[in-house]
Amino acid sequence: MSRLVPHPLLSAALVVMWLFLTAFTLGHLLLGTLIALGAGWSVEHLHPPKPVFRRWLAIPKLMAIVAVDILRSNITVARVLVLGPDHPKYHSGFVELTLRMRDPNAIAVLAIILTGTPGTAWIEFDQEESRLLLHVLDLRSDDDWQSLIRDRYETLLMEIFE
Amino acid sequence: MTHLEQLPPWAAIIVALFVAIGATLTLLGGVGLVRLKSFYQRLHAPTLGYSYGTLLIILASMLLFSLSEKRPVVHELMIGIFIMITTPITLLMLGRAALRRDRDRKLGHDEVVPPRNRAEPPTEAETEDPQP
Amino acid sequence: MTADILRFALGYAQIALILALALACWRMLRGPRAQDRVLGLDTMYINAMLLFLVIGMGNGNVFFFEGALVIAVLGFVTTVCAAKFLMRGEVIE
Repeated sequence: MSRLVPHPLLSAALVVMWLFLTAFTLGHLLLGTLIALGAGWSVEHLHPPKPVFRRWLAIPKLMAIVAVDILRSNITVARVLVLGPDHPKYHSGFVELTLRMRDPNAIAVLAIILTGTPGTAWIEFDQEESRLLLHVLDLRSDDDWQSLIRDRYETLLMEIFE
Repeated sequence: MTHLEQLPPWAAIIVALFVAIGATLTLLGGVGLVRLKSFYQRLHAPTLGYSYGTLLIILASMLLFSLSEKRPVVHELMIGIFIMITTPITLLMLGRAALRRDRDRKLGHDEVVPPRNRAEPPTEAETEDPQP
Repeated sequence: MTADILRFALGYAQIALILALALACWRMLRGPRAQDRVLGLDTMYINAMLLFLVIGMGNGNVFFFEGALVIAVLGFVTTVCAAKFLMRGEVIE
């Protein structure tokens, strides 16, 4: 099983995508399954760190939090853009944080969240010291961001991955 | 234009709202791209269109085609998932490339960026210097 | 009546997206540094993709979707290559 289908989740997602993009027929199901299996084998040769999900239940909660946060920061950034960059209420700058997470998959998910959110951009991550450099458009204070990321995302991500 | 008239009124209004708001967010991102002062600020502007601009237009498109073709049309979700996976990669690589170029002395930098590593005392004194 | 509202919204969305495309193009041509140009190009790709989707909605033609998907894929590859070039000075290592 694991030798024939090394990445079952990835292959299943690829088959579903193939069917959506073409048509729901038996021929396309067979062709899509072949391609998905081939993709699974080729991914196996790249040796990515396999994610281990500890708690599946926390994933929808994280997704809901992220969706609400992206909506809120969309509104904030839209206001900054309308008021203009010279408005005295806003100033942007770099923030340096330290992360407690070690799992590379969890860090990758955090990078996706922070980059996808308008107003925060992930610039650099130092793997040895777990130091993260962010650029924030609407900056309040350093400690604020450290506690925000620690409470909102990091605890949940550590629950899921570690 | 017959497919537009076939829609029930509630769906037409939802689709119109989603499309209008999504396009406005994308336009605001473009305005920010022109108005903001430094590169790192400008890096935030297009994210408006990448996140909810794309999401709203995709939702509107799914609703419109599902109702006018009388079958669930969900292949727009592929674009949504693709954009969701790829935009962090592109923006992250651009940010790292910009930081690297800003730290390079030969290219000259327009913004003061944090130095690479605090733990190196000899190079530290030099990199701290260029304050305007 | 509601079809008119929808038609108006689609027309407005097309104009807004074309404007956004023009602004991103301005940043790409003008951009003081190379990374600004790449950012403008990436934004142009996404805006063109959204414009294709909206035009497809207006025409009731599903095949604009395929064009939008191709633009999204090309934009991703282009931007990653350009960013890689900016970082290292060479594309293929």
